[in-house]
Amino acid sequence: MELLIKNGAVFDPKNGIKGDKTDISIKDGKIVSNVSSKATVIDAGGRLVMAGGVDAHSHIAGAKVNVGRMMRPEDTRSGISPRTKITRPCTGYTVPNVYAMGYRYAQMGYTTVFEAAQAIMKARHTHEELEEIPIIDKGALTLFGSNWPTMDFVREKNMDKLAAYVAWGLLASRGFGVKCVNPGGGEMWGFGKNVTGIDDVVPVFDVTPKEIIVSLMKVNEMLGLPHSVHLHCNNLGNPGNYKTTLASMELANQVKASKDRQVMHVTHLLFNSWGGTNWGDFESKADEVANYLNNHDNVTGDMGQMIFGSATTMTADGPKQYANAKLLHAKWSNGDVELEDASGVVPIYYVKQISVHAIMWAIGLELALLTKDPYKMLLTTDHPNGGPFVNYSEVIALLMSNKKRQEEIKTVHEAVHAKNKLPGLDRELDFSEIAIMTRAGTAKVLGLLDTKGHLGVGADADISIYDIKPDQIDPSVEHAKIKSAFSNAAYTIKGGQVVVKDGQITATPLGRTYWVDAKVPEEHHTEMMKDIVKKFKNYYSIQLANYMVQDEYVTHPQVIKTGAIPVEVN
Amino acid sequence: MTVITDALCPFCGCVCDDLTIVVENNKITDIKNACKLGAAKIMGHHRIEAPMMRADKKSDFKEVSYEEAINEAAQILFKSKRPLMFGWASALCEVHKKGILLAEEVGAIIDNTATVCHAPSTLAVHEKGLPTATLGQIKNRSDVVVFWGSNPVHAHPRHMGRYSVFAKGFFQEKGRKGRKVIVVDVRKTETAGMADEFVQVQQGSDYLVISALRAILSGHADVVPESVGGISKEQLVKLVDTLKAAKFGSIFFGMGLTQSISRYKNIDNAISLITELNAFTKYVISPMRGHYNVTGFGQVCSWETGFATAVDFARGAPYYNPGETAANDVLLRKETDAAMIIAGDAGAHFPADSVRHLARIPVVQIDPYWNATTEVSNVVIPVAICGVEVEGTAYRMDGVSLRMRKMIEPTLPTDVEVLERITERVRELRGE
Amino acid sequence: MTLNAILITGRTINQGATIENKTSPDYQEATALCELNSKDIGILGIKPGNQISVKTDHGEVVVKIKENNGNPDGMAFIPMGPWANAVVDPDTKGCGMPGFKGIKAEIKPTDNKILSMKELIARYK
Repeated sequence: MELLIKNGAVFDPKNGIKGDKTDISIKDGKIVSNVSSKATVIDAGGRLVMAGGVDAHSHIAGAKVNVGRMMRPEDTRSGISPRTKITRPCTGYTVPNVYAMGYRYAQMGYTTVFEAAQAIMKARHTHEELEEIPIIDKGALTLFGSNWPTMDFVREKNMDKLAAYVAWGLLASRGFGVKCVNPGGGEMWGFGKNVTGIDDVVPVFDVTPKEIIVSLMKVNEMLGLPHSVHLHCNNLGNPGNYKTTLASMELANQVKASKDRQVMHVTHLLFNSWGGTNWGDFESKADEVANYLNNHDNVTGDMGQMIFGSATTMTADGPKQYANAKLLHAKWSNGDVELEDASGVVPIYYVKQISVHAIMWAIGLELALLTKDPYKMLLTTDHPNGGPFVNYSEVIALLMSNKKRQEEIKTVHEAVHAKNKLPGLDRELDFSEIAIMTRAGTAKVLGLLDTKGHLGVGADADISIYDIKPDQIDPSVEHAKIKSAFSNAAYTIKGGQVVVKDGQITATPLGRTYWVDAKVPEEHHTEMMKDIVKKFKNYYSIQLANYMVQDEYVTHPQVIKTGAIPVEVN
Repeated sequence: MTVITDALCPFCGCVCDDLTIVVENNKITDIKNACKLGAAKIMGHHRIEAPMMRADKKSDFKEVSYEEAINEAAQILFKSKRPLMFGWASALCEVHKKGILLAEEVGAIIDNTATVCHAPSTLAVHEKGLPTATLGQIKNRSDVVVFWGSNPVHAHPRHMGRYSVFAKGFFQEKGRKGRKVIVVDVRKTETAGMADEFVQVQQGSDYLVISALRAILSGHADVVPESVGGISKEQLVKLVDTLKAAKFGSIFFGMGLTQSISRYKNIDNAISLITELNAFTKYVISPMRGHYNVTGFGQVCSWETGFATAVDFARGAPYYNPGETAANDVLLRKETDAAMIIAGDAGAHFPADSVRHLARIPVVQIDPYWNATTEVSNVVIPVAICGVEVEGTAYRMDGVSLRMRKMIEPTLPTDVEVLERITERVRELRGE
Repeated sequence: MTLNAILITGRTINQGATIENKTSPDYQEATALCELNSKDIGILGIKPGNQISVKTDHGEVVVKIKENNGNPDGMAFIPMGPWANAVVDPDTKGCGMPGFKGIKAEIKPTDNKILSMKELIARYK
């Protein structure tokens, strides 16, 4: 199957292409150097061409998402469309059904999305849902930050056993990477408490979040995992938390990367870049966080941009969600997972006239505009916490147009003038920088830049064509056109197959599920399993024999094999 | 002889996964660890051997081939203007997916047994959310356990031993001795007989009692009368103190709340009580789900359609409105003109008027066993037993997804095969 | 002698153990019964094992009496199933769930026989 895309204005940051008319040749699902005359030709007509979008952090599948659906029929009702010859019915806005999840990402030109968090015990559910999400390639990050075995091995300072546990946990959950949410807090929430900073001692387990984060980073690098530790910092959503964020980022200096990438990725920084001491003196510290990123190459972040309107907060940060529900007088779902982590789901409505919301909205944009290198600040909305992913085009337009930002600022609470730097920032990102924040940068952060996020030979043939001519548009002025173009791709090509044309789904192949199979020395695995066997004998409510995700739940696997590497530790 | 260890039980929502099954000559000859309910199901008994059909529900069935029965089932659904597809809870998630697809294709209403069980709990969750935890959290941490309108000794026999009362956990090393067990019910059940405290509530008064507890909890005991729902104010005040003194409290509730007069409002109120208790100490609330995979249907239906059950596909897109689209609603309004009943027994578990309507319309049954639905069916298609002869996914009552084993080889087609063939035939009839 | 009672229905272990075998005598034994406390049985002037008729606004059914002294006075319990559902309230009160608990019932001794599951359902055809 051969395809040739001609006359595209290509933005391929990894390969240094910034709008040049470049042909792209595709054969058998991969980008190749050339194709025969029998190839189907798509004339991009001078329009913008990028690699298919890659999303490193989105809540698209699993127990939390489904709780969101169950508790929000009003959300389900807000985005219903009937089945067509090619598509199943679509529902929802902040918590779409599985079909809408895949179709709507593809319609925006996205082709790879990672579920932000799964507990090992509930990973089978995550994969059941991922299996039903059409088109996109996907994977899931596995939670390790409050697991009892994690804390035990951290306390024992036994990195070999911890590495063995992470390797085994990734296999058990068919996970792609190490997720750490409010480390230690998940255990504290078991009795309704929380940690307040990285130095708090988790009782009985006798470890601190700091120790958990550093240990997980060490074993992540020992195992040579493609992605780094992916951290949701402690103190999310609390005024003044930027100090915890900076202290957490500094921990990255204690570990050396085993690959050409960061050792720590800090997620949805919008919620963790807060100054002040309470809701009254609440202010942005995005500049401090961006400044740190500007001066360090071992940490990356993503925005977690907020979109005004309906959102559903869902996170493993159980205590934060309880507090959220109380604050908002909102319905509250909680889901502790024994021996592993917590979770909470709370609907929210972000309002322009609420000062805190306006300040938060501005913080997200500041993070992107103040971080010099777009490889260090990925575009996300922490879907659906900051807002649904279908709004990525809004974020793109805001980042490319100061004019749009100023128009928006006029409509939001005036607090942004005192509490944020945003009104005075005139930086406008270009297509290349957007391509980094949504493709090349994400792929690099995830350790997938060999096959994703670029359009060079060897890449997966995941391509998006947008209805804009980059050399004929002024994104600053024509931001509405930018938004509309990025909302509905002219073409989305997945693995060499056209799946979207003019914003309509044309095919619904099933994508692949990425997971990591990490090898450790047999003795380490055996030692570690002795502890695990005890945990199942005494504390888990299911048998070890029934715990691990079976092959049946990952029908299109893309397995990345890694092995143990001796790593330099400072 | 084969011995299967760590097998899973396909009866109630506990989905105990520590069973040992002994198989000889493709027959199960011994079971260890299962309770009376699970053992009865797994050991099995005579079942329907072959498909059967009859035009007139009063006449005897005639044995037919699978081909004929499937064709007739497809004809019935194809010709129907308002089909109902009900049951599902005794089948695996893989079956549910096929069912929802078929429902979409024929524009049916699809509903599951939760409609007479915990569907009201879902309505309450729409209002208040669900603050809950996996069962191991209870085992490891819970020191105050309340069963409200629930009788696990009869309906979930191993729940207390494996998860909630006798189970020993990391922070609950003493098991039963470290726990305070409270039972709230209208009569002294055997579960109540094992409790540290039995709170006897007047039938239909649970809502009032929950409101009174909430008032006391929020410091407004002054508005509470001397007796609420047959319980003295003094006992209610003491109960609130007991609840507040927990380190980790858990409330398990059942049909006493979902089926009595205020239906879902009882659970709505109870969830609010739990949320308010969380201001003082850790609390969770959990529904005691009856069938081993009723939870699974709700999960699959939610991620596929956005709604947990009672989904009406007549418009080509999911529409949900219990009270309008639940199985008993459409049957009582005599709105449905054909029904497929699979892995659930509407004939036995729906009120008489609903069964009267089923007796008026063409009914297709897909089930291993002859039951009350068979008595009102026109087409009966026997299938392999999920969780015994067919492996696949089920969700425990706390939402944990597990893989049910195949213990013996099936001798009949599976639900999945039958649904696929019906769907194919419906498409043919449509000219697709 | 008539007893006015509040009827509730629900699960029992024997009903559950026979649920997949509804044509069996065991299922009928487990499910075609009504539990009352000994005082109420005394009011009816009968013994456990005798037949009673349970009548509500929605129907009438004949079942066997079983003693359960956990029941408060005036409370009748019939296990979920076809016998119970002959007399429960079908009204879902606009939310989808029929009234399986809290139905006013009139209970009387009777000589009428208990219908089998098949006979009971046959009456609906």
